Amino acid sequence: MKNQEFIYLDNNSTTPVDPRVVDTLVPYFYEKPGNAASRNHPFGWVAEEAVDYAREQVANLIGADPREIIFTSGATESDNLAIKGAFEMYKRKGNHIITLTTEHKAVLDTCRYVEKLGGEVTYLDVEEDGLIDLAKLEAAIKDNTIMISIMYANNEIGVIQPMKEISAMCKKHGILFMSDATQAVGKIPIDVNDLGIHLMAFTSHKMYGPKGVGALYVRRKSPRVKVTAQVDGGGHERGMRSGTLNVPGIVGFGKAAELCQREMEAEAKRLSVLRDKLETELMKMEETYINGNTDHRMPHVTNISFKHVEGEGLMMTFNQQVGVSSGSACTSASLEPSYVLKALGLGDDLAHSSIRFSLGRFTEEKDIDRAIELVSAGVQHMRDLSPIWEMYKEGIDLDSVEWQEH
Amino acid sequence: MAYSEKLLDHFKNPKNVGTLDKGKKNVGTGLVGAPECGDVMRLQIEVDEDSNVIKDAKFKTFGCGSAIASSSLATEWLKGKTIDEALAIDNMAIVEELALPPVKIHCSVLAEDAIKGAIKDYQEKNNEK
Repeated sequence: MKNQEFIYLDNNSTTPVDPRVVDTLVPYFYEKPGNAASRNHPFGWVAEEAVDYAREQVANLIGADPREIIFTSGATESDNLAIKGAFEMYKRKGNHIITLTTEHKAVLDTCRYVEKLGGEVTYLDVEEDGLIDLAKLEAAIKDNTIMISIMYANNEIGVIQPMKEISAMCKKHGILFMSDATQAVGKIPIDVNDLGIHLMAFTSHKMYGPKGVGALYVRRKSPRVKVTAQVDGGGHERGMRSGTLNVPGIVGFGKAAELCQREMEAEAKRLSVLRDKLETELMKMEETYINGNTDHRMPHVTNISFKHVEGEGLMMTFNQQVGVSSGSACTSASLEPSYVLKALGLGDDLAHSSIRFSLGRFTEEKDIDRAIELVSAGVQHMRDLSPIWEMYKEGIDLDSVEWQEH
Repeated sequence: MAYSEKLLDHFKNPKNVGTLDKGKKNVGTGLVGAPECGDVMRLQIEVDEDSNVIKDAKFKTFGCGSAIASSSLATEWLKGKTIDEALAIDNMAIVEELALPPVKIHCSVLAEDAIKGAIKDYQEKNNEK
């Protein structure tokens, strides 16, 4: 299957590596194979220099100092390091962490682990639009709270949390503010100083860089933040993350960051126009609903429920031509529909019917036009097949039907 | 997840999609599953009362590709079978025919239940045992 023919609208899962990034990183496999920690020969010096430069590129993207960037294997590791590392480092101050029920599993499961270590975690519910209620967040803060971990933008619905307000609250209460910003960095402008954030996790492969490399931003000044290493060894990354640096990956990450910094503003505008077109056209079909807040949302994401149509079945109608994701249980091993959509108060039926479209740098208008055609036809096909669509059309109240649940 | 050719064909070109007249005495309807579970299957049979042979079968399914393919296949198998033969259809035969992966076995169970439900409805309408 050629990339050019396949319409990829699943960029929140991963992005293709930009060819300009590929060109930059490839020499670091063979021509420049050094270990950045080798101090005694040119291969090592070249690698170290390349990593330093990439560190600057990544830091610049988020307005940080290069010394505040810890390279990791990806956002999952960064989340682990931030949460477990801060819990260990600050346990004398308290053991309570606040997070959201709609966080990524990398945060939720890490918090579960911290609970096993004696930590106390509050999993705060979000409102129907996916955003937090700041008053509820403040009410959850206790004397022993050491950290609030709230994602910048949600991976499934794209809603952007009120980061500045959360940050101000953390400052007021003397709490660390950590954010999993995986879906936001490189897509919208972020300045860690403007935000006053203390720890921030993000990754290369969501911003047109290679997989297997990510970063944790760790604030150095006012206040100086430290995390206890979770991977021990040679003391790389200022002792916070040992392990030989993934030089080609880091070089690619740096280049990707530079490109995003230069292009994201125009790109966000372009993608929001395409996203809006896709959304407007698909919403013309009856019984179609947008999930999550649409005013505070990433420019390239929309999550839509097509009622009385099952998501995985719908995807099968067009998945040779268009790639998307669904919150349907059938796409997960657990056979449970999306916990994020359920946290918004969506019924299981609408969660099963949801499709996430996430556009990217290589999405063109003709792709959107074709996707609109194929998805609309798919919805029609599935509704023609759907007994509950027929019942709905006959005016039968589906809530009054006695279903034989399995 | 890669699906078998047979499954994909039943999904893309489903056989016997539609609705039979519930009001007719020789039509039996089975409705199983629930929207909250992500699967609802409605399977109907029309029986020739003299010979006890199923002369027509139709379905509509809300569900994933495997659920749709399982019900499409079930309607194909039902046509021309007697009630007793139809009652003997086992979900594992559907699993085998469509090469359903383990997580999709419940789709075949649902199809078997829909067959049994349709037959039960027909028998109740006709006071048979």
